[in-house]
Amino acid sequence: MTRARLKSTVAIAAMLAQLAAQTGPAAAFCGFYVAKADSKLFNKSSKVVLTRDGDTTAITMASDYEGSPKEFAVVIPVPTFIERKQIGVVDMKTVDHLDAYTAPRLVEYHDGDPCAPQVAMVRRSAAVPAPTALAMAPDSVRHKGVTVEATYDVGEYDVSILSAKESDGLVNWLTDNGYRIPGGAEGVLGSYIKQNMRFFIAKVNLDRMKLIGAGYLRPLQVRYDTAKFMLPLRLGTVNANGPQDLIVYALTKNGRVEAANYRTVKLPSDINVPLYVKNDFGTFYKAMFDHAVRKEDMRAVFVEYAWDMGWCDPCAADPLSNKQLVELGARWIGSDDDTPYRKFGNTGGANAYVTRLHVRYDAKSFPEDLVFIETKDRTNFQGRYVLQHPWKGTASCQAATQYRATLPNRFRQEARNLADITGWSQKDIETRMEQNGQSTKGAK
Amino acid sequence: MVRQLTSRFWSDARHYQIAALATLVVFNLGWIDFGARPLNTAAAIGACLITQIVCSRVFNVPLDLRSPLITGFSLSLLLRADEAWIHALAGVIGIASKFILRLDGKHIWNPAGLSIVVLLFATPGHVWISPGSWGSQVWFAALLAFFAILVLGAARRSDIAIFFIGTHAALLVARALWLGDPLTIPLHQLQSGSLLIFTFFMISDPRTSPDSRLGRFIFAASVALLAHYMAFFMQMRPALYIALIGLAPFVFLIDRILPAERFAWSRPTPQGATS
Repeated sequence: MTRARLKSTVAIAAMLAQLAAQTGPAAAFCGFYVAKADSKLFNKSSKVVLTRDGDTTAITMASDYEGSPKEFAVVIPVPTFIERKQIGVVDMKTVDHLDAYTAPRLVEYHDGDPCAPQVAMVRRSAAVPAPTALAMAPDSVRHKGVTVEATYDVGEYDVSILSAKESDGLVNWLTDNGYRIPGGAEGVLGSYIKQNMRFFIAKVNLDRMKLIGAGYLRPLQVRYDTAKFMLPLRLGTVNANGPQDLIVYALTKNGRVEAANYRTVKLPSDINVPLYVKNDFGTFYKAMFDHAVRKEDMRAVFVEYAWDMGWCDPCAADPLSNKQLVELGARWIGSDDDTPYRKFGNTGGANAYVTRLHVRYDAKSFPEDLVFIETKDRTNFQGRYVLQHPWKGTASCQAATQYRATLPNRFRQEARNLADITGWSQKDIETRMEQNGQSTKGAK
Repeated sequence: MVRQLTSRFWSDARHYQIAALATLVVFNLGWIDFGARPLNTAAAIGACLITQIVCSRVFNVPLDLRSPLITGFSLSLLLRADEAWIHALAGVIGIASKFILRLDGKHIWNPAGLSIVVLLFATPGHVWISPGSWGSQVWFAALLAFFAILVLGAARRSDIAIFFIGTHAALLVARALWLGDPLTIPLHQLQSGSLLIFTFFMISDPRTSPDSRLGRFIFAASVALLAHYMAFFMQMRPALYIALIGLAPFVFLIDRILPAERFAWSRPTPQGATS
């Protein structure tokens, strides 16, 4: 049962990703991709796991980069010098697991026989991944004074930590080392330099990548202590081709994470939708998210999930293990064994709370970097959409007649709900419902 | 009769303030900030009113519920806590401080500001500050309303709000220019609801601001400077409140050096803690 559920989840997820690659908006994460040649770079979705305990921060960046590895490079402003032991690579499966675990879900219920009322519930959930794709058209500039503070071999990556005194120098260093910098990045780099930030630069070492044999780029993780609880977005918006999507999975001890400098909004949830949504949950979710973004004028950060990691209901995926949580930086949980992280009773001190935030941004709507605060709010929230299957029996008691009479109204309400949260036309929805056996004829 | 009552009602700037804040609180609970909870709001407002009633009795001063109402609304908008008793405690600390912590016949700290700072330090595991991200429409509406109240209310000390927001904005713009950032960044930074509450209801609290105009300018600019330093160089998030509360004792020094007429909400001046 669980296995079948997971399979369909993956199928839906894969479908959406493909669709996003064709039509969706661009995505990048806190750094920006720079090409060493003129080829186009695609980064379909960016996922960042941001783990924070006091000032101790771990940032894990995963992307669905599909270009040639030799052309992959990333530049991330970091607040301090980074030692080798503060950098690592994380198994992609761990990030994907957290993604599936926190994904918005479709839940299914079945009405019972009205003649013999009983409760029969079947649940099924579906995960939706981050949409999207990035195209970055670079540009080039000239050279001067930068300190390469350190260089490290980290898995398949060659990492350099740079400090710079002026943006010209940095841009020129990058250019001279074969990186391609998007036009307009100079100003943003200059701003970070003046804020005493360093630059974490990574590119792929093809020989080591072959040796490791993963076949894809594993997520990079950087850990450091900083009072700044933020994600640098600005470099990613330079020269970006349209708005980009970013999913942040914040793992904390105390509670929900929210944006300190942008509006944080919960996505519509716990809403009954027509049954046909099941066949196309990806399209539905994307439309709903687009609609929510439009309503907020693309100036909000959306909460998709905020929940104690110790339990879930319904669970969209198996719980993460202690080992996985520690791998993502949650070192405070006290154990790193390979058993599911579950909270039994009051263990105290081992709390882990996850907030999944989805941001669509561009330079205009998100002019400054995302700053977060960790709240003490542990109220649970999940993006949850409900399919309520009508009872299909043939019994003809009075209760059954009454029950059937209520259905058109109920279906119409579902159509209205769907129209409200997606912006789709209610008439079109009702037509599709009709084809799917949910007739609203006779509804008031 | 009704007309007389109405005109009397609108003669005090605080009534406009209460109306504007009440509207915002309703908006906040319903639409803007899902961290805001009705129970906490009720606890904050209730505690402020009750503390004012009790303290007015104890200290034998005429009862005036307008100022504690403003404090209660401000706390509801700014302070976030996981439990309602913290909001109640905030109300008690703020209002009681007006009666107890006094110097030269004037209370030292703005009540809402003081309780926020005390709770931030005393119960860090329970409280946080609302980012006040109201969205630009509500923010502009609130800015206009607060500004209109300021001008229409003709409170003689309202200049401090302008001095503060002016310095604060100038510092943000200067920082952007220094960093080479686009001006959309300081404009975005100014669009915080919490900043508006702070500007129009805390630092501009006439009972805790310097008496002379020059004094008010010096004080407002110092708070803006200190807060800017704490926010950008020390990465302190609730910098505004800490800067205001930290510098408030200097108001007495400023008043000694630059003496001027003491403020009262309306004449004839009722004695005692009415603000």
